[in-house]
Amino acid sequence: MSIEAGHVAVSLSRPDFTLDVNIRVPSHGVTGIFGASGCGKTTLLRCIAGLEQGARGSVGFNGELWQDGDHFVPPWQRPVGYVFQDARLFPHMTVERNLHYGRRRSRATAELTSPGEIIAMLGIGHLLDRRPAQLSGGERQRASIARALLRYPSLVLMDEPLANLDAARKHEIMPFLDRLHASLKVPMLYVSHSLDEMTRLCDHLVVMQSGKVLGQGRLHDMLMRTDLPILGGGEASTVLDVRVLDYDPQYQLSRLQFAGGEIIVPGRHGDRDCPLRLRIMASDVSLCRERPQSSSILNILPAVVESRQAEAGGYVLVQLRVGEVRILARVTLKSAEALELVPGQSLFVQIKSVAVKNSAEQMAVGEANNRETI
Amino acid sequence: MEILHSWSENMPGLGPLWLSVKLGLVTTGILILFGTPLAFWLSRTRSHAKTIIEAMVALPIVLPPTVLGFYLLILLGPSGAIGSYWLKLTGETLTFSFGGLVLASILYSMPFVIQPLQNAFESVSRGFVEAAATLGARPLDVFFTVVVPLGARGFLTAAIMGFAHTLGEFGVVLMVGGNIPGQTRVISIAIYDHVEAMEYGQAHALAAMLLVFSFVCMFALYFINRRWRHEH
Repeated sequence: MSIEAGHVAVSLSRPDFTLDVNIRVPSHGVTGIFGASGCGKTTLLRCIAGLEQGARGSVGFNGELWQDGDHFVPPWQRPVGYVFQDARLFPHMTVERNLHYGRRRSRATAELTSPGEIIAMLGIGHLLDRRPAQLSGGERQRASIARALLRYPSLVLMDEPLANLDAARKHEIMPFLDRLHASLKVPMLYVSHSLDEMTRLCDHLVVMQSGKVLGQGRLHDMLMRTDLPILGGGEASTVLDVRVLDYDPQYQLSRLQFAGGEIIVPGRHGDRDCPLRLRIMASDVSLCRERPQSSSILNILPAVVESRQAEAGGYVLVQLRVGEVRILARVTLKSAEALELVPGQSLFVQIKSVAVKNSAEQMAVGEANNRETI
Repeated sequence: MEILHSWSENMPGLGPLWLSVKLGLVTTGILILFGTPLAFWLSRTRSHAKTIIEAMVALPIVLPPTVLGFYLLILLGPSGAIGSYWLKLTGETLTFSFGGLVLASILYSMPFVIQPLQNAFESVSRGFVEAAATLGARPLDVFFTVVVPLGARGFLTAAIMGFAHTLGEFGVVLMVGGNIPGQTRVISIAIYDHVEAMEYGQAHALAAMLLVFSFVCMFALYFINRRWRHEH
């Protein structure tokens, strides 16, 4: 579905650490690079940007070879927009001069998004005359993202832009990243050790451990895997992309639509058609042969069993099809046998709890987008 | 400078001062020009040669000026390696001339210019250099737009230290330059002469001038350093 735009096959040896990875960079969307601290995520980004001269291997993007054998394109000639964990705004320049530093030094490209739009998108218009020392951590990181984007890169590299911020600042930046995700026309690699950020932002996922790639693929598929214990303690989950249908103020419930039907979640999560991402843990999904007539559970959907797979501890992971999407359920072996689960069987899934991955902030973004269209 | 020069013609006491200032300016200028690339290289290299070069740069701090002056005298003299070449090239000797003094001062004041510059460059975080590179700046561009502005304090320290130290040199000048009025008779030599001749009044005037000047230099240095720290 996604066309491959680039490849990174590099290895790097240091006395205490070895990186040996081979990843594909899709031509669209956000690819999350996930793994514990020290697993080589940052080093991988640095290899792509050309900041690691000791790296061996091959890096190519959009038909250009950035590194191969002895061929090594220096960092200043690679059209990447690098957002560092620590922002790295030049302290002797105002925010405005920082923003234009990269822009003046970049190839002239058709500017799909004007500098004004980028500055507005990141909400830093009022900060242009300030020095980096006068900014809060969140403002600094937003300015640094704008600086990278104003280079009009063909690949955006973000190295844990939220890692150095406290919860409130993270909260402040996330909506800007959501907005970026929605409007960015070039692919982005996003490094993080927070699965929450990943589920919310990414379309693809690369999982790393000790300098190696454990697996890579579409985020939705990756989170369904159970062979990657690093992802949520080995517990499989389903990611659903939904749109808001309406909000019922009396019961304070939102009705959301996805390719498999409708789902109801508590709280208000934005205006009609506002896109949301949900994560449903497999253990929060239960199965019944007949539609329960009276139940406290709101979300009961017809489903068809696709496959079942025994798990350790007397559990069975059941893959079901609901409309056009797949949902995973984790039930006990005893229940699976009592239900006589076989592929092709029709039954009902009850979803006990749903995590909305981008909600309140998304609402603000939705409103901002509306303002822009007016 | 013109005013100072015409003054020095009318007031013989100011001649050595003017000569010292001229020597200080020329020496500092040349040292900053050629010391900057060397200091930058020292701040970034992982080469084994770094330690040897750092030791050589620091040598004039511990070496007695007479030792430095002695070897320079041999090297720069009409039969020395550099002196004979200079003689062939220009027809003049390097020793006992202003040119020779400049050369000697460059070596003598080198650590006082190179070390502040190297410290300043080392304090510029590699992160900013990398950020500039990913924003499309070539190394020389990064140097002038990021490293130099962020290391500006080092340039100021280097200039003041280099200038003030050259102004105060005595032993090396005595060995290499002698005591030729208007050529090599700098302020420190003039003070020594006055003391030798028991002219304490003149010695006092020049010595006080040097004392006040040195204090002003140091004060300016610490004052500006302090302001800088508050700004950043």
